[in-house]
Amino acid sequence: MSKLVEVPGGIIPERDAGKPPVLEARHIGIDFGGLTAVDDFDFVLGATEIGGLIGPNGAGKTTVFNLLTNVYQPTRGSILLNGVDTKGKSTYQINKLGIARTFQNIRLFKDLTVLDNVLIGMHNAMDYNMASSVLRLPRYWKEEKRAKEKAIELLSIFDMQDMVELNAGNLPYGAQRRLEIVRALATKPKLLLLDEPAAGMNPSETAELMENIRRIRDMFKISIMLIEHDMNLVMGICEGIAVLNYGRIIAKGTPEEIRNNPVVIEAYLGKKGV
Amino acid sequence: MSTFFSQIINGLQSGSIYALVALGYSMVYGIIMLLNFAHGDIIMVGAYVIWLGVTTWNINPLVSILLAVAVSTLLGVVIEKVAYAPLRSSPRLSLLITAIGISYLLENGFQLIFGAGAKTVPTFISGPSLQLGSMTVSFPAMVTIVVTVVMMVGLTILVQKTKLGKAMRAVSEDMGAAQLMGISLNTTISFTFMLGSALAGVASVLYLCAYPQASPTMGSMLGLKAFVAAVLGGIGSLPGAMLGGFIIGMAEALVSAVGLSVWKDGVVFAILIVVLLVRPSGILGKTVKEKV
Repeated sequence: MSKLVEVPGGIIPERDAGKPPVLEARHIGIDFGGLTAVDDFDFVLGATEIGGLIGPNGAGKTTVFNLLTNVYQPTRGSILLNGVDTKGKSTYQINKLGIARTFQNIRLFKDLTVLDNVLIGMHNAMDYNMASSVLRLPRYWKEEKRAKEKAIELLSIFDMQDMVELNAGNLPYGAQRRLEIVRALATKPKLLLLDEPAAGMNPSETAELMENIRRIRDMFKISIMLIEHDMNLVMGICEGIAVLNYGRIIAKGTPEEIRNNPVVIEAYLGKKGV
Repeated sequence: MSTFFSQIINGLQSGSIYALVALGYSMVYGIIMLLNFAHGDIIMVGAYVIWLGVTTWNINPLVSILLAVAVSTLLGVVIEKVAYAPLRSSPRLSLLITAIGISYLLENGFQLIFGAGAKTVPTFISGPSLQLGSMTVSFPAMVTIVVTVVMMVGLTILVQKTKLGKAMRAVSEDMGAAQLMGISLNTTISFTFMLGSALAGVASVLYLCAYPQASPTMGSMLGLKAFVAAVLGGIGSLPGAMLGGFIIGMAEALVSAVGLSVWKDGVVFAILIVVLLVRPSGILGKTVKEKV
């Protein structure tokens, strides 16, 4: 695991120091009516970093993901994705710029086959042209065939190549979680957001997931940011961690620093003694 | 026997038209949960284009047909862009009321331009009828059934196999997740309206083959019955819309066959009431629990 170094706006792994960060969130915040859900969220993610976002329930972690993907437009601050300001972009354009995500509660296209779920991700990373799909038939089918092969290749990373024709909704829980990751990867992201990837998994599945997350990062040379409650997973694979409480970052640092930070311990467990 | 057979053919013919229109209702509902009550009036516009084509402008019938389908398609897309797109984040009721408003706008607009009376459209498609022993199938009936089947097969392939079709299905299942997978909502919704309205354009041509008259309100009853067909089949389901259309057509034909043609419309709406009481999700529709 690489050491963290200071860059403008935050800390990133030493090996990414020469490269521009994939994500810079600069003091973003959002109000829902009078309620400030997230405030002054300042975070930098290196080009191949695995970052973690932790915090008690209701701290605003998923809201941060929704802000990063412009599902909610931030009230304050700006988000730079590979140096491009994402302000005013719609959600699908954010995806084209390189952010893909999974969901806390699985949101696959359940009535579609496993293959179609992946193809949908891939199609939209390819050029989206109505005329070519309606008119240029021979070329279209050839492209379609190549996409299919590519999709099966992606699925085989997770040993799911034999499930292509099943409906996504009929897969076992663990496989649905894996399929969500494959579908997100199919959009060719530079940054993959995983929202509680280990939720509902037993310790051996979690260990396998940890291995897979590292493998994905190394294979695709992307950065990954995850929200997770499983501390073994977070401390095991994350390089930089931000702790959120009541919508504000209360600590940032390496797993080691976070583990021993009294403020973090207090947020999770409450004040020591009376 | 031969009257019974000809009633079956009648049922299939009108059922085809209902099915094509019902597909438009169902597709749009599947994507944006809107009952597009202006959909029937698109057929009316298509019918007027043909009437203009074959009478006033006196152009080739085939060109008139293509023009009618093109105008219908464009109209559907424009209505979505102008009237529905700005309301995308509004409550569904606002959309519904807007759809009813557009429907009235089209009906009264055409009444203003062309008058309230029906325009007779001269025969613009003709050909030999099909002789099956003692039974005949008229040329328009044949064309209608064949064209409808071709359209349905084409639509099924489009929705199942192409990337836009898959995008449509993805949006209909989970709009938010679809956008996060890089699907453009605007493109997908426009495409859906385009498809639905093109089918309505084709339906207008086929309708004029059977009933050669264009009037400003012709779309409302046709649209309502197609809506019943969509609900009967399960709104949001494409095979359901096809099935529903044919069932409604057949029901009408059979009611006429037993000499109760006055009750034709009544039977259709009785079916709606029964469906809503017994199986509100329709024959092929899924029972979806409303999220609270």
